[in-house]
Amino acid sequence: MEDVATLGFIATTIGATWRLATPLIFAAIGEVFSERAGVLNIGLEGVMLVGAFVGFATMFAYGSLPLGLASAVAAGAVVGLLFAFFTITIKADQIVVGAAINLLGMGLTAFLFRTYFVGTGRGVEIAQPLDIPGLSDLPFFGEAFFRHNAIVYSTLLVVVLAVVVLYKTSFGLTLRAVGEHPKAVDVVGRSVAAYRYGAVMIGTGLAGLGGAFLTLGHSNQFVENITSGRGFIALAVVVFARWSPVGAFFVAMLFGLFYALQLQLQAQPALNIPYQALQALPYVMTIVALVMVRNKGDTPKMLGVPYTKA
Amino acid sequence: MANIENERPRAADTDIMGNAMSMLVRIAQAIALPVAAVLVALICGGILLSLNGFNGWDVFSVMIVGVLQDTRSIAEILLKSIPLILIGVGLCVAFRCSIWNIGAEGQLYAGAVAATIVGVAFEGLTPWIYVPLVMVAGALAGAAWAGIAGLLKVYFRASEIVTTIMLNYIALIGTSYLVTGPLRDAASAYPQSARLLKEAWMPRILPPTRLHIGILVAVALAIAFYVFLFRSSAGYAVRVVGINANAARYAGINVGRNIMIAICISGGMAGLAGAFEVAGVTRRLYQNISPGYGFEGIAVALLANNNPIGAIFSGGLFAILRSGSELMQITAQVPQVLVSVIQGMVILSVVAFGVYRFRSASRSQ
Repeated sequence: MEDVATLGFIATTIGATWRLATPLIFAAIGEVFSERAGVLNIGLEGVMLVGAFVGFATMFAYGSLPLGLASAVAAGAVVGLLFAFFTITIKADQIVVGAAINLLGMGLTAFLFRTYFVGTGRGVEIAQPLDIPGLSDLPFFGEAFFRHNAIVYSTLLVVVLAVVVLYKTSFGLTLRAVGEHPKAVDVVGRSVAAYRYGAVMIGTGLAGLGGAFLTLGHSNQFVENITSGRGFIALAVVVFARWSPVGAFFVAMLFGLFYALQLQLQAQPALNIPYQALQALPYVMTIVALVMVRNKGDTPKMLGVPYTKA
Repeated sequence: MANIENERPRAADTDIMGNAMSMLVRIAQAIALPVAAVLVALICGGILLSLNGFNGWDVFSVMIVGVLQDTRSIAEILLKSIPLILIGVGLCVAFRCSIWNIGAEGQLYAGAVAATIVGVAFEGLTPWIYVPLVMVAGALAGAAWAGIAGLLKVYFRASEIVTTIMLNYIALIGTSYLVTGPLRDAASAYPQSARLLKEAWMPRILPPTRLHIGILVAVALAIAFYVFLFRSSAGYAVRVVGINANAARYAGINVGRNIMIAICISGGMAGLAGAFEVAGVTRRLYQNISPGYGFEGIAVALLANNNPIGAIFSGGLFAILRSGSELMQITAQVPQVLVSVIQGMVILSVVAFGVYRFRSASRSQ
């Protein structure tokens, strides 16, 4: 039990928190864009799987990390295009299409993985922690904050970019208007559909990146269903964060902490808890989080509603 | 919803011939569109196979011939269709109420756990009591597990999409705990429960095949829930809530109650499917008793346009695909997960053909 209280344990847990939050941060901030424009994409899980697989396969073939990440973003955006076509152009129900995207993402990645990779057993070289002179070697803080790879640090950049784009640009203003009052956007001559396509593809591109972090920045292998529910947890993060990108960052961190605690406590044999109780922690906390926020009415008004031009 | 216009009284319909014709046309439409959707999905699957070095045509023709070749293989398909029909029918009810229960997989496990606990407990009970007892235990447990998400939705407005999915993971992890801990058969080398008592086994109806009475129960329940949804006032209330919860509320319908009814029916059906799996097929509980029937049930319901009678056929179709995919894996080394791709494609094709026109607006309540 003493191990739990040491500074080393705390530093390791904080470090792991940020790493484990990273895929959630990308996916949740992406989903903020999508939902702010009125499109609920429950297919995030499938999109993240596609990103994880495409990133892994590209890295495997070409050995270039930037190319791997870029292709994961592109693959995510392509899946988003498919989702957008069905939900925005055909106006099909977003939940039905999202469910289909999840099945396709799960099935396609598992199919291709088993066809091409399953016997190889080889991993890829993942992004290495950056060595920041002076900071990485600090006691406690070095382990907690300054020994991550570039993908983890880029979550900060993504938050800042998301805030600037959503709140400081005309694009962001229009995008948010599309989710609240699409008719107003239509009346001033801008295309609601175009903005929704854009929002969905930004969202799925980021979700693809979140998936790719799992194979290129965390573990060096693709495994079937490697996302294990992170896409769905990201949906809950967005609700808990009240559709704010900064909020999404911190709520994702909170979930990262649950994942980190789960892993760290499993490594403590002195604690007499069945490991399954710890495994269930992030999922239980997701439900608790949803119950705590209730629905305060700041949901984008047109969330889930297709727009038909008058 | 497609069925609303079917029920509008039409004064001009005195011509019996015309009536019969229009009914035939409706039935033809109802069949043609799902069939087209499945064909498109299979063609996409074939293209995917061909792009990856398999011969798509050969794989599918071998598969169809293989799974339909004799009584045994057909009985295996019917056996696999039991959980698919049950879950699909339950989800028809939930989806008609616009309740997005994605948690049938977890509810199946809840039912399987309850059936196991009951099924190993009572020595010397006659099968006449024991078999129904196991079924009821499974159904109640599934309904209760789904009911959690229902209560959270009604009282806290927590999205059932997220809560049912989280409850899936919790049920799977819970099952893993039970079969490695309290329910583990000490005599076994594997993490699995003791074998259910013989009196609790589902009676087989076509020996020597494994087909059991579950298929009869599934078909009977499909018909029962068709009647419930479309021929009873309780089912009508469920559908009104699904079409427009606000209008339902103004009309004096208790929305929360109907949400609970719909989600508990879907959970109960999934729980019953879990009971049938342990008491009819595996006879023990272990970690992966379901290959994803709970998720497949979503496609079953959608392909049937949320019509319980249709779910009998779409459930059977997906059972053929699943049997076929197992055969493909064995004979042609085609990864079995192809079946998930085909399911996803079926849903998208159904959507694209407009069999399925949901009004998303009705969901916001």
